[in-house]
Amino acid sequence: MISPHGGKLVDRTVPFEKRDQTVHEAAKLTQVEISQDLARDVENIACGAFSPLNGFLCQTDYESVLRINRLRNDQVWTIPILLDASKEELNGVKEGDRITLVDNTRLPFALLDIEQIYTYNRKELAEQVYRTTDQAHPGVAKTFAMKDFLVGGKVTLIDSLFDEFRRYRLKPLETRVLFNEKGWRTVVGFQTRNIPHIGHEYVQKTALTFVDGLFINPVIGKKKKGDFKDEVILDAYSTLLDNYYLKDRTVLAILRTAMRYAGPKEAIFHAIIRKNFGCTHFVVGRDHAGVGNYYPPYAAQQIFDEFPDLGIVPLFFTAFFYCQKCDSVVNEKICPHEAQYRIDFSGTKLRGKLSTGEAPPRELIRPEVADVLKKHKDPFVE
Amino acid sequence: MTNGRAVELPESLFNRVEARIKGSKFASVSDYVAFVVREKLISEEESSKAPFTEDEEKKIKDRLRALGYL
Repeated sequence: MISPHGGKLVDRTVPFEKRDQTVHEAAKLTQVEISQDLARDVENIACGAFSPLNGFLCQTDYESVLRINRLRNDQVWTIPILLDASKEELNGVKEGDRITLVDNTRLPFALLDIEQIYTYNRKELAEQVYRTTDQAHPGVAKTFAMKDFLVGGKVTLIDSLFDEFRRYRLKPLETRVLFNEKGWRTVVGFQTRNIPHIGHEYVQKTALTFVDGLFINPVIGKKKKGDFKDEVILDAYSTLLDNYYLKDRTVLAILRTAMRYAGPKEAIFHAIIRKNFGCTHFVVGRDHAGVGNYYPPYAAQQIFDEFPDLGIVPLFFTAFFYCQKCDSVVNEKICPHEAQYRIDFSGTKLRGKLSTGEAPPRELIRPEVADVLKKHKDPFVE
Repeated sequence: MTNGRAVELPESLFNRVEARIKGSKFASVSDYVAFVVREKLISEEESSKAPFTEDEEKKIKDRLRALGYL
């Protein structure tokens, strides 16, 4: 089985036998409330999805990631995982202290051993990660809204957060056991934040043709206005898999993390996460993790050239479309016909049809999936 | 390469690498050597795996069965 990124799957979860003692300790420590997005980062660090990270980045790693897209130990890492805090929140807390992290329900769920508290430059952070400082970009806007200090240090998870989609939640160690049990030696990971249309299905099945298993791993978490809601994405995928996929070749499980919309750098980050889940291959399509027109359509594929030691094989796809002359789903590498015969798998077009109550064409989406979408009165993020 | 540490190569090996990278994507001998060393380290890490204990595996399989994955 493929090694996790950095060679070892991180586990920063309190062992069962020490849980009560740790909860008791946590109650006596200074408590700092963190956002849901950061709380999910803590969970992902603790379960090994963000291996080799064992906590929030300290300054040397932070600067190294910004400057050369690598941690200080040379391992590839492109998206800095940061905990920001205000002076008031830190209120007397200093380096070397242990604090309790609480989520918005005020429940203590993790500990943080503070190694470093440092300042940073928001503009530089935005420029390096998002390649723009335009605050219309959701990732840049979030960066400029960050608090004044960054807090680096190891986390220890006491309890997992509430998850309404727990049934679809697997940890990297669990997917590794699962893939092993299924006898899969090669697994392709598919990242998505969308409902499945026929184009996605063709990409997934084309990739699956060359490996043993397919791991469909939708990102569940904060998204931008107009994206499909999480429950809609999961309903749609469950239905698609029930009707059109081989059960012993496909696994559907969620990834709880916020979309950063960092395009190329996020594509590398997504690949690393799937490597930790046990994938040997990773699908990178057109404008992966992009938003608006901030990134060239295939920048997220080109960036992989910079990381020959990434340790997971990217599978690059151009956009699929339905060609009326070919009478099948094809892409620009294999279809000789003019653009006038093409029906694009446009999310915007699909959203338009759904909002007017019109049934999307069968060339665009499976009828069973269309039925699922119709059942959800308001399928989009407000 | 920036912010690196220097290592030495035999002159003849350096010359061979220099000749090899002409016209390639590698900008310098250092870049090429870093690439090769990384590849080597990754392949060694791949072969030294110890994924999970029997006890962990049993617990995990129980959960996977309960969720319908197995």
